[in-house]
Amino acid sequence: MPTPQMRSDRESAGGVLNGDREPAGRAANGVSEPAGLAANGVRDNRAAAGSTPADARRPAALRRHGSARELRVTLVLGAVILALVVVSLCLGAFTLSVPDVFGALAGRGSRSALFVVNGVRLPRASEALLVGVCLGLSGALFQSIVRNPLASPDIIGITSSASATGITAILVLGLSGFALSGVVLAGALVAAAAIYLLAWRDGVSGYRLVLVGIGIAALATAVVSLQLTRGRITDVQQALVWITGSLNNAGWAEVVVLGATMVVLVPATFAQARRLDVLRLGDDSAAALGVSLERTRLLLIVTAVALAAVAVSVVGPVGFVTLVSAPIARGLVGSGRLALLPAALLGAVVMLAADLVGQFAVPGTSFPVGVVTGIVGAPYLLWLLTRTNRRGLGG
Amino acid sequence: MTRTADPAAAGGGSRPGAGGVGVATTSATTTAAARDPRRRAPNRRLVIGFVVALVALAAVCMLSLAVGSRYIAPDVVWSALVHWMQGGATGSGAPTVGADPSATDAIVVIDKRLPRTLLGLLAGICLALGGTVMQGLTRNPLADPGILGVNFGAALAIVVAISVFGITAPSQYLWFAFAGAALASVLVYVVASGGREGTTPVKLALAGAAVSAALGSIIVAIQLTSTEALDTLRFWQVGSLAGRGVDVLASVTPLALAGIVLALCLGRSLNALALGDDLARGLGQRVALSRLLGAVAIVLLCGSATAAVGPIVFVGLVIPHVARAITGPDYRLILPFSLVLGPILLLGADVIGRVIALPGELQVGIVVAFVGAPVFIALVRRRRLASL
Repeated sequence: MPTPQMRSDRESAGGVLNGDREPAGRAANGVSEPAGLAANGVRDNRAAAGSTPADARRPAALRRHGSARELRVTLVLGAVILALVVVSLCLGAFTLSVPDVFGALAGRGSRSALFVVNGVRLPRASEALLVGVCLGLSGALFQSIVRNPLASPDIIGITSSASATGITAILVLGLSGFALSGVVLAGALVAAAAIYLLAWRDGVSGYRLVLVGIGIAALATAVVSLQLTRGRITDVQQALVWITGSLNNAGWAEVVVLGATMVVLVPATFAQARRLDVLRLGDDSAAALGVSLERTRLLLIVTAVALAAVAVSVVGPVGFVTLVSAPIARGLVGSGRLALLPAALLGAVVMLAADLVGQFAVPGTSFPVGVVTGIVGAPYLLWLLTRTNRRGLGG
Repeated sequence: MTRTADPAAAGGGSRPGAGGVGVATTSATTTAAARDPRRRAPNRRLVIGFVVALVALAAVCMLSLAVGSRYIAPDVVWSALVHWMQGGATGSGAPTVGADPSATDAIVVIDKRLPRTLLGLLAGICLALGGTVMQGLTRNPLADPGILGVNFGAALAIVVAISVFGITAPSQYLWFAFAGAALASVLVYVVASGGREGTTPVKLALAGAAVSAALGSIIVAIQLTSTEALDTLRFWQVGSLAGRGVDVLASVTPLALAGIVLALCLGRSLNALALGDDLARGLGQRVALSRLLGAVAIVLLCGSATAAVGPIVFVGLVIPHVARAITGPDYRLILPFSLVLGPILLLGADVIGRVIALPGELQVGIVVAFVGAPVFIALVRRRRLASL
């Protein structure tokens, strides 16, 4: 009983604090940075807390209702993932029936079926799933830290930096496989550190992080286009497939490495969920509630960057998964919740579905997964942008 | 007293040379003496600054003609230019190829480096003026055709031109680039201008980044299916003055000149708009008309520059800030200064790129990006990223 009560108090306190802070902040610096970057979550919270000020127990009820809904959404997403995995095990150069697939998984069936399912399609599907989880989580973290639905590694320069290091490693150093992954991982981490340090000025404000990232992204784009002019056209085409993001090189070794890093990173993410929830109430409220702002934010950023960098280093910079997953998950769950687990699962759904579409939508040609996520994600991004602007949250 | 002060002020305003000094020394009244140095000092600074900039521009042009994989002495460059100006043989028609080394030099200067330098001059002016008008019109210190996604619009249009319509000649896909640049700028502006606060710097930059990311993924998708589109675009995309040819210069010049003239006429309107729409309207400005003319100028300038030399970031961002640091906030002065400073940056970067990676060369777009990114980040780090 005490726990929901405390929670509801905290929510309304956060709402009031925010309401007080916002106009003052806007008047003080003509940029409207604090007001503009306030997230969906903050507003939704305030709406929930402010709509029924008389009844203090309603928010708690809402919250309980919300967690039931989150559970339902999670179960549905899990079922969808399972279905997508089975479909992707069935489809391919020769199609297998569902019983054949399950037989092969259990170790029975023809030698070719065993090889195709366990050696080719299962690692590919697992890699898509794991990468999707990483990207979905990373996107959810970023968007909560920066409190802007548009802040994702795609836009703030981390993905572009990974592209720049990756294409340099491929075309100049001739790397592939794990060496390539290592270099890309290092490149993405260094770029993220540079963006963070350059955005540091008595603390890191969200909008400065985004803008510095855009500057770094422009630089990385220049490096990519420079590398594309060097080298023969066939090599360049190979490199282009990599910087689009593709699952063509999926194998068990990659899956094992990916899984091993995720065993560390995913629990670390969920361990920080509570503090993240507080951070989303706004800087002032979070500080008032006793959260050490900069340290929390730094830890969260490190986790988010590591998740994105690991995923990108294995499959290449797949665009828009980080951007798309978290807002959709939050929309499904509703009531301004953090929705970390649904975001992770949604990332996996997006990756699996996009890979299926890329492989089989156009007969005869197989597109890298990044092309599909790009073509689906790009219009979504523009729609998201106009919508957030219309509601005055774009920044 | 007022009579003596007025001519001094007027003289100081229009031609601050000998006339202004003369009046100041003869008028012994205390107020005029106290006011005159203050009024004259910035003017003299401006004139000196402008002259220095012009000299620097001439020097950079000369370097651009003289420096490259083969160094050509300035006097040889000069005589080749004079010979060409007098209507003599154009480089290709030079009679004694091979016999006289200075004749080959003349061919290099006239056929290769002169078009390249002229293109750099034109593109530098266009990008700098385009950036200035963009910053003035949107009151946004971060406005730049590269940041705001105009480049990717042009790139997508070119990819479509190559892969769908089978166009490969630069002078033809130029027009696609132009249309693409125009459409992308409209798209970014419409996306960013929604909402109550209108276009804030952060919203515009985000809209530009988002539109760039969106268009970029479509470009890659087309490139993966069409080797030809990839092969053509990769050399356009990097932003270079090399190998663009005289036909590109010829077809782009009329539009670019129209844009330049229009931009230079916009100084007063931009000054008024800087005060905010309401005040500008109160001062008798037709705000809608000013905005429309400004938008036309931006599309003409950025479109022709991008179409001609490819996507180049940060020139339009950096130059207006440098000019503003010299002149103060008056757009009637910022515009001409940008006009001179822009080509200095672009041609200077081109010269650096030619010598830094011998025997090859680094494209101007890369050099400019590495020069401009630190400036962009420094601007972002300023405490007040206020609207202009």
